[in-house]
Amino acid sequence: MSGLRLESGGQIDRKRWLSFTFDGKAYSGFAGDTLASALLANGVRIVGRSFKYHRPRGVWSSWVDDPNAIMTVRLGDRELPNVSAATTLLEDGMELRAVNAWPNARYDVKGGLDLFHRFLGAGFYYKTFIWPDWHLFEPAIRKMAGLGPVNADVYDDYVSDQLNASCDTLVVGGGPAGLVAARTAAERGEAVWLVEDHASLGGSAAMLGHIDGTDHAAWVQAQEQAIEVADGRILKQTTAYGIYDHAMVGLLEKRGFAQPPRRYRLRAGRIIMATGALDRPITFGNNDLPGIMSLQGAADFMARYGVLPARKMIVMANNAAADQACAVLDQAGADLRHFAPSKTMSGFGSRGVEGVSIDGYKRTANAVLVSGGLTPLVHLWRHAGGKLDWCETRQAFLPGYGPKNMQAIGAANGTFEVDKAIAEGTAAGKGLSFERPSTSYTLTPLWPQPGSKGRQWIDFQHDVTLKDVEVAARENYVSVEHLKRYTTLGMAADQGKTANMAGLAAMATIQGRPIPEVGTTTFRPPFVPVPIEAFHGHHGKQLWHPVKRLPLEAEHRVMNGALREYGGWLRPGWYGNDDAELHIQAEALLARQTVALFDGSSLGKIAVMGPDAEAFVNFVYYNTIKTLKPGEMRYGLMLTERGIVKDDGVIARLGPDHFLISCSSSHTDSVRTHLEAWRQDGNDPDRIFIHDETQSWATLTVTGPRARDVVASLGLPLDIGAAALPHMTFQETQWNDHPLRIARVSFTGDLSFEISVPARQAPALWAVLHPSIKDHGGGLLGIEALSILRAEKGYIMIGKDTDGETMPHDLGFTVPRAKKTAAYLGDRSLHTAVANAPGRKQLVGLKVADGGAMIPTGAHIVLPGKSSSQGYVTSSYDSPYLGHPIALAIVTDGARRHGEAVEAWHDNRRLPVTICAPCVFDPTGEKLHA
Amino acid sequence: MQVFPCPFCGPRNETEFHFAAEAGKVRPDTTQQIGDADWATYLHAQRNEKGTVREVWMHMTCAELFILERDSVTMDVLGSTALRKDAT
Repeated sequence: MSGLRLESGGQIDRKRWLSFTFDGKAYSGFAGDTLASALLANGVRIVGRSFKYHRPRGVWSSWVDDPNAIMTVRLGDRELPNVSAATTLLEDGMELRAVNAWPNARYDVKGGLDLFHRFLGAGFYYKTFIWPDWHLFEPAIRKMAGLGPVNADVYDDYVSDQLNASCDTLVVGGGPAGLVAARTAAERGEAVWLVEDHASLGGSAAMLGHIDGTDHAAWVQAQEQAIEVADGRILKQTTAYGIYDHAMVGLLEKRGFAQPPRRYRLRAGRIIMATGALDRPITFGNNDLPGIMSLQGAADFMARYGVLPARKMIVMANNAAADQACAVLDQAGADLRHFAPSKTMSGFGSRGVEGVSIDGYKRTANAVLVSGGLTPLVHLWRHAGGKLDWCETRQAFLPGYGPKNMQAIGAANGTFEVDKAIAEGTAAGKGLSFERPSTSYTLTPLWPQPGSKGRQWIDFQHDVTLKDVEVAARENYVSVEHLKRYTTLGMAADQGKTANMAGLAAMATIQGRPIPEVGTTTFRPPFVPVPIEAFHGHHGKQLWHPVKRLPLEAEHRVMNGALREYGGWLRPGWYGNDDAELHIQAEALLARQTVALFDGSSLGKIAVMGPDAEAFVNFVYYNTIKTLKPGEMRYGLMLTERGIVKDDGVIARLGPDHFLISCSSSHTDSVRTHLEAWRQDGNDPDRIFIHDETQSWATLTVTGPRARDVVASLGLPLDIGAAALPHMTFQETQWNDHPLRIARVSFTGDLSFEISVPARQAPALWAVLHPSIKDHGGGLLGIEALSILRAEKGYIMIGKDTDGETMPHDLGFTVPRAKKTAAYLGDRSLHTAVANAPGRKQLVGLKVADGGAMIPTGAHIVLPGKSSSQGYVTSSYDSPYLGHPIALAIVTDGARRHGEAVEAWHDNRRLPVTICAPCVFDPTGEKLHA
Repeated sequence: MQVFPCPFCGPRNETEFHFAAEAGKVRPDTTQQIGDADWATYLHAQRNEKGTVREVWMHMTCAELFILERDSVTMDVLGSTALRKDAT
């Protein structure tokens, strides 16, 4: 084969030269060329190597059906793997490399693998590497498998736009039928989108001399203008790659190599599928030699790019559509020799086809063009749930019973004659239903002949031969879905656009069943390979999950707060910017010794109001809440209906019909929806109101032995003494003419005041408390140090110190389970066999020997010398106040095992530990109630 | 991606919604004796029908619960009604 460019013809711009390299060698092409047409025009015959045997591969076709020409492309400092040469436009300066070939496609060192093909048939890997262990072979096989390697560079600016859009009518495919459909619909006033995969409209029109008595190019231009005049939207280089639920269509718009493709999620009122048809290969000996090409593909190369695969070519076709394609090549001056395909024919040639031996006669040529019949592109029809009908006349699956609001027209509908296709386009454009017209298209069925000699390729990229299909059938992989997975037929980058029909026809023949009975594999999106980036877009980092921000963020930044994400909030983990652990330990110690200031604004604050509020909170909490008096607070657990602890927090009663639920910072959204669901489903929503006011209030916590002195500096008009404001009570007052709520509630175990003000008053509150803390010898407290303090006290964090099986009695909260008579969420689940069973994992503390090291979080608790897990460590810290490590764990029957010596097992190391009570700081509560 | 009609906000992408329960499920009165099997049925048994289903969904952005009727085979949405009694 020696491809050549003609002086005229095609839609390329011969005035604009583009230079490029392929496997290091310099070539040139024209603007409008694809990589494949440019390679073909330069006489490049071998463009890649097959997946398994590393056989040389040439360009097979001009569009999405080409399985062979796959490139790693570099332009400037950007390199992308697995680029389809047939559907990618050439750009100046591109460096192309064949995939799966080293050092290059022409001289591939692994080409020798082909000599072993006898042993590498279907199921070779499954059968060979099963003993002694597949994992021994996996790394080497993985290294050999796959196509282009991914470049390790990260392109930060390569971000796909994600666009949501809608229209009345989507027309997929800008060939004659699609153009007429889009024009008709647009002129009726519908909002029309027309998407075309190629850079220019027209489709098969380029192969026709005249349409409606007009030159084809002028006719296409007239349709395009009419669509635009009627406000239709035309997207070129845009592929409808999938149809999803509720007619959401995925569109991928290519925008040149430098720019990432753009993705649309389009909602179309109705969809007209005018996707055309593809030519099928013919299965015969050595039919994979470079230079054996699709006849329709070759004609398309001529019509679009002015390229002939060779002068002297053999044509073997079995169908009426071949005439048009041959006419295009004839007109271009090709020397075509026609032969009827025969069962015994076989290609020959060393590095590419040199001819075909037919019935014992060697016919030489520089290229062989084959056409086994047209296959309508029905992928989108199947994505949308449409059925397929087998057509005996056309020997093809055609769109059958259709999804709502979807029509197929033109070649996609099996209507291969352009005048009839245009008539279908007109009808569909008007929204009319129509019967498929009779066809003048004829063909002689020509399917693979099992049992015939030689190596006959079915899947060119994945090296599946007719023999492999026979092996699969022999081993009872007869369902087409099994056939596909056993042989990898149809799993290449082209997803079987060339291979599937031949594969299932071969299986049908082997089994003696009709083709429609064997059926097709499932058509799944995407129709063409879509870069992962197209789905990713800007959905990352902050845009994926925006953090919630504290009203005092600026103040924390001034104090060098190390802002990190905690449960969706940006909060200071500690203050200071060098050694984190040093700061954390110092903060925790200072808080115990004097006083500390902590920003607790992220804590959930959900108001529950209304006449039924009391009964409602009593129902959603494990603990009894209805006995709570206004002004009081109570710690409570919230359970799921399965009895599992969902959240914990403090609930305050602001008035008879007004409660304030304080939940974990990271659980606020889930608690709110949990409450809403029970409010609306099972209660009268007009008698209960739920309002999440978390972001409306700021809360500063003053904690430590000198906390009262610091709070006194606010000069509040109330008595904050232990008698007037005891632990678990609160008072509401005014400060700076704004409401202020002061609560005696503690997460550290020390004397603590939580002071809440409207979020905008937070800086003013900070401005008083922060200097006062300093005056009293205290400091700031980040969330990391707070975690140490609460663990010393044995206070849990739900989801950290509990798991998906933890019930309240596992944490020591046994009273409501035994005594609460009113119904509450999860109540019945606390009395099942599982809930009552011995051996439940219960919360404990762990002690290490004097001078012992910290216990790793996640370490398993085991009996000395044993290995079966009795639970695991959930929290572990160095306690600066106590001067030794502390830990919390959940351990089988832990509550009655205090004092028992066990081991913490982690990473093959065993640490001797002793089970103890979870609370190791102020167990009597003197400091708490100070 | 499916489009669900919130009775309060109109048609929205399914990502804005969360399944809550199959419609018609009533919580047993837990102040009375309930057998293990009955409680397990309430917790775990789903009809999971093929064809027309009635389900309670929440539109997360407005936090309203509603009954969604849809076809579990064709994914067609057949209708949506507010859960609250006076808004039928």
